[in-house]
Amino acid sequence: MGAHDEVGRTVISTSIDRLALGVHDGAAFVGRFFKEVARPPYHLREIIHQCYEVGYRTLPLITLTGLITGIVFTKQSRPSLAAFGATSWLPSLITIALIRSLAPLITALICAGKVGSSIGAELGSMKVTEQVEAMEVSAINPFKYLVVTRTLATTLMVPALTLYCGVVGLFGSFLNVRGNEAASLASFLKSGFSTIGFLDLGSSVVKAAVYGFSVGIIACYHGLRATSGTQGVGRAATASVVMSMFVIFVEEVLIVQVNVWLRGYGL
Amino acid sequence: MSVLPEPTAAPEREPVISIRGLQKSFGALSVLRDVDLEVRTEENLVVLGRSGSGKSVLIKIMVGLLQADAGEVVILGQSLVGLQRRPLDALRRRIGFSFQSSALYDSMSVGENLAFPLRMNMTDLRASEVNDRVRESLDEVGLVDSIGKMPSELSGGQRKRVGIARTLILRPEIMLYDEPTAGLDPVTSAEINELIRKVQTDYNTAAIIITHDLSCARATGDRVAMLLEGRVYRSGTFDEVFDTRDPLVTGFYDYNFIRESTP
Repeated sequence: MGAHDEVGRTVISTSIDRLALGVHDGAAFVGRFFKEVARPPYHLREIIHQCYEVGYRTLPLITLTGLITGIVFTKQSRPSLAAFGATSWLPSLITIALIRSLAPLITALICAGKVGSSIGAELGSMKVTEQVEAMEVSAINPFKYLVVTRTLATTLMVPALTLYCGVVGLFGSFLNVRGNEAASLASFLKSGFSTIGFLDLGSSVVKAAVYGFSVGIIACYHGLRATSGTQGVGRAATASVVMSMFVIFVEEVLIVQVNVWLRGYGL
Repeated sequence: MSVLPEPTAAPEREPVISIRGLQKSFGALSVLRDVDLEVRTEENLVVLGRSGSGKSVLIKIMVGLLQADAGEVVILGQSLVGLQRRPLDALRRRIGFSFQSSALYDSMSVGENLAFPLRMNMTDLRASEVNDRVRESLDEVGLVDSIGKMPSELSGGQRKRVGIARTLILRPEIMLYDEPTAGLDPVTSAEINELIRKVQTDYNTAAIIITHDLSCARATGDRVAMLLEGRVYRSGTFDEVFDTRDPLVTGFYDYNFIRESTP
């Protein structure tokens, strides 16, 4: 066995150890969230403040993205459907795509970028400047005040923003359809919503809540583990975004599988 | 090693902080090795030592921010060993901790910084009562006019003062100061030293002051304990500790240029 093999073995072993430790720490962090969330005090004022920060302040970005997605997706889909003389299916196609996948995914990714980096940097900065320790010594539970409130806010607000993104996306799609086919809003919505059911809407909301939870808890986890000054804060913000996006895509695959499975049972 | 007895502690005063055989390591690095300390009611103890000698670790263990590897810490009659979150928080409310960096919440104004621990710990207080207490605490440190300012608008000395006011708002019985004069000019340092003494007399607090600044040690301490290589090397009054030819002590003294500047 050469020196290179030895080095390679050591690197792999260290990486596996770090991955295992990371998964263990992450699981313990999530476990602590569920333990703390049910216990008073509930910090309602801070939860409302965080909902405002996560929800209201992300609205302009969601509006713009949702609208553009609706317009562009409709524009791109028309030629394919027109080739089969099926442009009347446009509202159904767009509604299914938006409600089932695009709206939750786009909203979650925007929140991972905007909210996740903001929470990661904020908590990271608080950690390296001893503000988190200052809370501890004042007998304030920082996990409860910082992590539980922010994670609850993202869990509640991402589904709300998803529904809003869906509505705005459909409106964008309608603008394009009206420009080309002169359809009325009523006929567009009737045609679109005839193809989706409770499972589509329900799973979209649940999916968005799962994404929201992931964005919040991952950002808090990385923020509270920040070290090494401003460099650590930057690393925490980046890690929050990258990890949140990765987890969102993994969850998307799993939830789609569960959806397909449920549809198999006629739900 | 020349460890002096602790001659100046008034025998009738009961100890509020008692540390016995305290040990703490970080990996292979042993920071505290068998530290024994005692602080009595209304007494200021200065813990002196070079950077990295474990001074800050010592007070962080005392508020449960770090766990000791061995030894016992008893504060206000309560041992920290195996203390659960709720009783630990109850004890923390009786201890004020002034951070080296001041650790002000930078998203809150000065007034909100002070009101925050009060609102979180005394939920039955009315808004007007909270406001009165905030003004009173800021008045104690001479910064009532800065109530609406953000921490970023304050100077280093003002931030230290606000940090101390924030700890005073919960009416602590013990104060822990981590490097209170670090990074301050001599005039501002003297003001902070004065404030530490004022807190001691006005609030009847006992305190541990962590510093490597001998001017601060002389001005604020009733007793001094010098940490060296994780142990209490000498303790006593300031003059008792530094009245020696021991090079480890005189080196520290000369470094602070006190010998030349005092008559």
